[in-house]
Amino acid sequence: MSARASLATAYVTDRTGRAVSRVHGLRSEAPLVLRPTFPKSLEPLTRRATNVARVSLTSGAAGPLGGDDFVLEVRVGRGSTLVLNEVSSTLLLPGARGGVSQMRITITVEEYATLVWLPEPVIAAEHCNHVHDIDVALETSSRFLMRDELQLGRHREPPGNFTQRIRVRRTGRPLFHQHLTIGPATRGWRSSAVGGSHKALGTVLVVDPDWSEKPVPTHILADSATLFPLAGPAVLISALADDSLAIRRLLDRGVAWLGDPWASTAATAESA
Amino acid sequence: MTHHAALLLLADGRLPAGGYAHSGGFEPTARLRGLRNAAALEDFLEGRVTTAGFVAASFAAAACAAASAGDTERLGELDPELDARMPSPAMREVSRALGRQLLRVADSIHPHPLFALLDTQPHQPLVFGVAAASFELSPHDAALAVLHEAITGPAAAAVKVLSLDPFAVHSALARLTGLLDDLAQDAATHALDAPNQLPADASPLLDIAAEHHRRWDVRLFAS
Repeated sequence: MSARASLATAYVTDRTGRAVSRVHGLRSEAPLVLRPTFPKSLEPLTRRATNVARVSLTSGAAGPLGGDDFVLEVRVGRGSTLVLNEVSSTLLLPGARGGVSQMRITITVEEYATLVWLPEPVIAAEHCNHVHDIDVALETSSRFLMRDELQLGRHREPPGNFTQRIRVRRTGRPLFHQHLTIGPATRGWRSSAVGGSHKALGTVLVVDPDWSEKPVPTHILADSATLFPLAGPAVLISALADDSLAIRRLLDRGVAWLGDPWASTAATAESA
Repeated sequence: MTHHAALLLLADGRLPAGGYAHSGGFEPTARLRGLRNAAALEDFLEGRVTTAGFVAASFAAAACAAASAGDTERLGELDPELDARMPSPAMREVSRALGRQLLRVADSIHPHPLFALLDTQPHQPLVFGVAAASFELSPHDAALAVLHEAITGPAAAAVKVLSLDPFAVHSALARLTGLLDDLAQDAATHALDAPNQLPADASPLLDIAAEHHRRWDVRLFAS
């Protein structure tokens, strides 16, 4: 199955003269269903903000399964703020006739725009064969938060083959570029230098132009979790743990440590 | 003609380029993950060489090809691309410190106009690539030298950190030679790739260990 969904936002003035972020060009194709929504839980950055557009991605079918090819395109228009979340986690499964499943996500965040992207965990089931491609283009004044959580197999199950490629550019220059490849086809991924015996791993990438002048220092969260300042106004929070709940806690603590405006009240309360 | 002797010179751990002071993340990993024996070292090396080592080797091959073609612009593009592939600031700093030391050594033992193409704080794999080009070595040679260093450095450190038997350590290295050849061949195929297409294999535990290590008061190695 192949499907293509897209979404764009713009910063406009509504009938009452109030400036708001509005979703336009919402295009869903089953099983990628996009729906305007309300806050799902406490969110980074948007506390007290009233001019935020919110969209949820929901899946209208199982998978992706081997052979599926999905494309999601997101454009956050100049000055607007979008929170994109997901209704449930994604379970990657093998297809009936084998084959690779693919998900390609292209994100553009224009000048003075903000995207907070909070997908739910991806679970790589046994024998899955999946390639996840995320390409993000930012401008000098764009702000961006992306969470990504991966669970290696369901309960007591080894994962299939999974490749994730993340590339983030800022005004055309590379800011972050990592490929993660795990599964039986990859040599050395269980090494103590790569994934070890951990069952779940995750990252949060945050880009904030305010850090150009005042970089964030490194912060160690746990033996297997650290917040790194990147070579640019951005940080990566990287965590490995035994399950996705522990990953979420570590990542939330990392975001809380960033303080205003990124810390959500939930994460701050938990770390206190 | 192939310049085997020059390749051995560049890959030799006795080259005074500062590598002996680094464990390539083995010292912190051994402590954080409780590594105790040569088998654990081999597992660490396999993960390191297929990720961070392979990325460095591909960049060395690309730098070698760019330097041989006199393509300064391409060489300049490799630097920020490599930064984007290294989330750990400790690892970025070590890579540039080792690059500066290697540049100083290479440029004084074998002066060559190609070294002027590099800036003053270059990443080590890029210097390796340019040094290989200065000896008319191939991108494949540059990749192989970097992969060799990616495992022999931590292996030598492991002998000191865990008091391992050097014979056991070298038999692990011997078992990895086939993997190194495969990776060198693969890295060389990327020598002419667009810089944004170069490999970017992640090693999350290595990145995390590097930041832990930098905060320790007592340590045998600089990285």
